[in-house]
Amino acid sequence: MTVTVPPTPVLILGARSDIALAAAHRFAQAGHPLHLVARHPERLETDRTDLQLRHDVPVTLHNLDLLDTAAHGPFLDSLPTLPGVTICAVGLMGEQAENEADPTRAAEILRSNFEAPALLLGAIANRYEAAGKGTIVGISSVAGERGRATNYIYGSAKAGFTAFLSGLRNRLAKKGVHVVTVLPGFVATRMTAGMDLPAKLTAQPAELGEAIFRAVDRRRNVIYVRPIWQLVMAIIRNIPEPVFKRLKL
Amino acid sequence: MILSGWGRYPRLDVTVTSPRAEGDLRAALATGPVIARGNGRAYGDSAINPRLTLDMRGMNRMLAFDPASGQLTAEAGVTLDAVINSFLPRGWFPMVTPGTRYVTLGGMIAADVHGKNHHRDGAFGTCLDWVEVMGQDGIPRRASLTKNDDLFRATLGGMGLTGIITRAAFRLRPVETAWIRQRTIPTPDLDATIEAFETHADATYSVAWIDCLTRGAGLGRSVVTLGEHATRADLPPSMRPAALALPPRRRLRVPMDAPAAALNRHTVRAFNHLYHRRATAQAGEAFVGWEEYFYPLDAILDWNRIYGRRGFVQYQCVLPPATARAGLRTLIDRIAEAGQASFLAVLKRMGPEGLGQIGFPMEGYTLALDFPASPDALALLPALDDIVLAHSGRFYLAKDARLPATTLHRADPRLQGFRATREAAGQARHFASHQSERLGL
Repeated sequence: MTVTVPPTPVLILGARSDIALAAAHRFAQAGHPLHLVARHPERLETDRTDLQLRHDVPVTLHNLDLLDTAAHGPFLDSLPTLPGVTICAVGLMGEQAENEADPTRAAEILRSNFEAPALLLGAIANRYEAAGKGTIVGISSVAGERGRATNYIYGSAKAGFTAFLSGLRNRLAKKGVHVVTVLPGFVATRMTAGMDLPAKLTAQPAELGEAIFRAVDRRRNVIYVRPIWQLVMAIIRNIPEPVFKRLKL
Repeated sequence: MILSGWGRYPRLDVTVTSPRAEGDLRAALATGPVIARGNGRAYGDSAINPRLTLDMRGMNRMLAFDPASGQLTAEAGVTLDAVINSFLPRGWFPMVTPGTRYVTLGGMIAADVHGKNHHRDGAFGTCLDWVEVMGQDGIPRRASLTKNDDLFRATLGGMGLTGIITRAAFRLRPVETAWIRQRTIPTPDLDATIEAFETHADATYSVAWIDCLTRGAGLGRSVVTLGEHATRADLPPSMRPAALALPPRRRLRVPMDAPAAALNRHTVRAFNHLYHRRATAQAGEAFVGWEEYFYPLDAILDWNRIYGRRGFVQYQCVLPPATARAGLRTLIDRIAEAGQASFLAVLKRMGPEGLGQIGFPMEGYTLALDFPASPDALALLPALDDIVLAHSGRFYLAKDARLPATTLHRADPRLQGFRATREAAGQARHFASHQSERLGL
């Protein structure tokens, strides 16, 4: 492999998540400079040092509350250059019982998983379209494939996000801009710590980092991180509704 | 979940938690006695507490590097593999490395690991500037030779029993290339093997593979390998441009447990014969990549499965110079007589005792063997214990899975003092492993 241009910077939204950090390490390992975006970015200071020491790449931290949608444009203007790759790992699961009972909380879940990431990625997509290049990676969820009683507030927001990414990909396919939809199944992260997850279905964050890196490199469209999930979700999608509505899932 | 050491013996039902921050450690400490675990490369039950084992691999960040001194500061869960991947291309290599790079910083400190340069440079403590240990009060304390030096000495080689090692600073050595200038010396018997070590005491690295199945005139025949970090000028010009490049990774994996009979005295005897003959044919100097030189077994992931489902035990002792020759002869003769095949048998000259209160290394010769965890092999080991005791030797806790407490304490009177220190500091009630309970540490 010959490298003629230096690796493009990678913008990572929701950078404090385990999946985001795993992707950060994988891209940094390949020499990409990083812009890490999060609320309270000072909490990423140690991870920034770790990334720089391990991979010898520049890493910058940026403060942005994605729910503050008016701040999206000024934030993008503040970046020194337009990063060639954007990875959105923003997400908030919450507790289904609380999400059902409290409309404020439900709105926060819907906005965090759908509205805010969709608006920011939309703004980035417009800039990529103008530049004629760029790759967007949206981390959605298999929970968006079919609404389930135990998880449907979060799931429906992810369903919206998945559809948004699909539409964006369709719109930009001929404009040199690529969109990757990542549908992780279970991942062993802080978000799922303490849950009793089946080992064969549960990916480690580093697996996701690798899968995202390869998906960008090979311009994949939709990826399930562990192939078994493709089968699992095919079954879940195809259960007839009269049966599905009686299941405990 | 079922957990074991690298030898896959014993296997225990264990509760494991994966802390990510010091707050998680404090929460775990509040529930009762715990042991911290790194990458699970101790062979026996050192890093297992059935009640609660802390998987430290989530606390693995690098925190600072000083290019003037080569000092790297990192959280305890960082692996040596990660350190080498990041720093060898920049011209740095570990000052002391064990025979696998899939160990964590915390594990290397807890076992005060040694490498092929022990005779010259000492064990891991040599390059350890300070270590931070979280006591039962949840407060991390920095310990070094100049501050809290009792805690420093007790923690170095203390098998995680003085508290949770959270972070440390250690020095890397500058290297010009990723290559080792290796010299191979086949020796016909034990006297010649020892002679080779003594003659080449000034070599940076030295180690011997030793045949433990041959008795009589060829007893102790070995292949001694010496190594020096190659300078750029040493290398042929064609190799110089990529002198520090990491070689492409080729990994084999042992896909399943081997049948129990795959390694027996006949297959191992055949291997030993071929290995010695090949070494004799290839005796002399060669350039060897760092991976092949330091970590030949790391190239085969899950190599511990070649012993099959029942697992295996490691046996490592060190004998002082005065008794080493007679002790090694007796040990090898006893092993060969029993026909117990040790696939890996490694002999190494060690330098003086280190800084650790109960660290393993001492001046003399260390022999490391492995045996299938079969009834026959396990029955042989007490006989070997007696030989080690009779020759004033001591045992390596990071390898042990089965020593009786009485044997261990007879071999190493320092352990009584260590136990007393732990009692006095209140550590004994909060930090314990299956091994420490078994051995009364």
